[in-house]
Amino acid sequence: MARTAPAAAPSLDPRDRGGPLQPLLIVNGLVKHFPIRSGPMGRRTGTVHAVDGVSFHVTKGEVLGVVGESGCGKSTMARLLMHLLKADAAELILDGDVVGPGGLAVGELRRQVQMVFQDSHASLNPRMTIADCIGFAPRMRGASRREVARNVDQLLERVGLAPGQFAHRYPHELSGGQRQRVNIARALAQQPRLIILDEAVSALDKSVEAQILNLLVSLKAELGLTYMFISHDLNVVEYISDRILVMYLGKVVELGPVEAVYSRPRHPYTRALLASKPSHDPRKRTLAPPITGDPPNPINPPSGCRFRTRCAFAEPVCERTVPPLAAVDDAQHAAACLMHQPGSGHSEAPP
Amino acid sequence: MTQPSDIQPDAAARPPAVSVADLTVAFEREKTRVSAVNGVSFDLQRGEVLTVIGESGSGKSVMLRSLLGLHPSHVRLGGSIRINGVDITRLTPDDLSALRGRVISMIFQEPSTAFDPVYTIGEQIVETILRHEEVSHAEASRRAKDMLDLVSIPSAERRLKNFPHEMSGGMRQRAMIALALACRPSVLLADEPTTALDATVQIQILVLLRKLQRELDMTLIFVTHDMGVAAEISDRVAVMYAGRFIETGSAEQVLLEPRHPYTRAMLGATVHGGMRGQVLQTIKGAPPDLRNLPKGCGFAPRCPLVLPACTLAPPPPLPLKPGHAASCLRLAAPAAVN
Repeated sequence: MARTAPAAAPSLDPRDRGGPLQPLLIVNGLVKHFPIRSGPMGRRTGTVHAVDGVSFHVTKGEVLGVVGESGCGKSTMARLLMHLLKADAAELILDGDVVGPGGLAVGELRRQVQMVFQDSHASLNPRMTIADCIGFAPRMRGASRREVARNVDQLLERVGLAPGQFAHRYPHELSGGQRQRVNIARALAQQPRLIILDEAVSALDKSVEAQILNLLVSLKAELGLTYMFISHDLNVVEYISDRILVMYLGKVVELGPVEAVYSRPRHPYTRALLASKPSHDPRKRTLAPPITGDPPNPINPPSGCRFRTRCAFAEPVCERTVPPLAAVDDAQHAAACLMHQPGSGHSEAPP
Repeated sequence: MTQPSDIQPDAAARPPAVSVADLTVAFEREKTRVSAVNGVSFDLQRGEVLTVIGESGSGKSVMLRSLLGLHPSHVRLGGSIRINGVDITRLTPDDLSALRGRVISMIFQEPSTAFDPVYTIGEQIVETILRHEEVSHAEASRRAKDMLDLVSIPSAERRLKNFPHEMSGGMRQRAMIALALACRPSVLLADEPTTALDATVQIQILVLLRKLQRELDMTLIFVTHDMGVAAEISDRVAVMYAGRFIETGSAEQVLLEPRHPYTRAMLGATVHGGMRGQVLQTIKGAPPDLRNLPKGCGFAPRCPLVLPACTLAPPPPLPLKPGHAASCLRLAAPAAVN
């Protein structure tokens, strides 16, 4: 089954304001530093640089894949976008409307942007039936009981759960895959435009993961949705995404179309990350690890380029200069590496 | 009574390093009986790497733990487990603990739960060595440092004084491997040791384990749900479903030319490179309830190729090629099917 190209998705949504070329979400300069406090007076003794100046946009109808290792800030970023955490600095623009005082209200943002989490059990209220979980937000917004009940049945049907069999069950009676379907139905109940999927299939067995991925792909085509798909599984991200954003220690190191990033990764970290994928062919085993060591601690990130402590191409200039995210190859594909910056002073850089 | 000294491999006539015959493990509580392992048999020679692949609830971890005798009292164990020729199901608890760590050792998914948080890494490795060998404290400390060097932990001397929480995830996993190998066991069991790690760290640990296994000539039994990890580490692969090995063979045979319908479906459902735009294959239904197993093949209720005979009795392993076998009636000669 061919997937609809992102740009060709018809925008019949009455909420659409800017047209197909206006990005659905623009994020400018997202920053979140967590203070570390210790001692009886709670003195600030350090700072976790969780997200440090992240900017990108999400086009209407696309899947933006976000990859990176634990501690790189990808989940913090998702929570900041939903305003589950308060950002230290950020400009969010949802379809042309600035989010915040005078612009789009946070409540409206949370309705148009929904989130599905990794832990399918913890994200459902154990004392509520499946039908109540899914119908809770619409009820809170004033929909009638009958309307909600009908809507819940349709949603359950849509995510592949028979309403008669599941609506009155409790979360603990369901398997992990079924619970994740409920979480997706709950997100859909708000008629969102953007769904942030934070490791939504990571805890599932492979055969169940495939079912949920198929469901996500067909829902997206049916409902004209846009996804932000956060995962550490590089194969799954490649499968579902149109564009890829690679994060390392709170910064974007590479951003581009999935084909370009996977076939011609330009940042040394992206290259190492992709080369670390297990091979799936016992005849072609990985002989030596592409990089050594663990990611450094985000409490004290290295100066300059944050990857320089593990990078095979690091030079003294990398210690001094923070590499900007700049276009490589073409305007679509960007990397934050001094080797691709003309005149940066790195010996591999173009003049 | 078997003395632990008898457990050391006999150079003249070497029995298989691990020989499991018709192993069954069931958890019994009042009226329910959960049959987690339902007749697993295999032999492993010294220096071989077997990977057991299975989804959650397939019994792979329970099977692995039974090789170390790590089970609560309400477990019903059947069959035999021979390590270097000694049946460990018949050992006393004291003999069993003499065996653990020295002859057979285990590494886990979560190193932070395998270490005691109030002792340093060095103290825990030294304690393990002193527990099993009559050496001086100084000698044990020296060996502990050598172990950290062996698993490529930089500045080993300083790291010995670290508490587990002072190490990063990858470093802790290396330290746990050092602890497990401190007494040079001949058999190492690994229960998803790389699942919680990041991709760049996972491959480092896999390459390290492969190197150590070869250098120390260890038998390694590795449990995972990840086909890619299995492809990186195994000589032989066993696919487990509902407590049985349903397909066994070399890594190439099972991963590249799978024959059992479940193995094929599993591999088809696994996302790998170059699948963009395709509808993924899925497996209908869910694994069987271990409290109430089907009488025949465990996969029969979900199998697209099911035959009436499949539901009568579990199919025996059918040899396909040297070393490759699958338990499926469809693979038998047509005459046997009818």
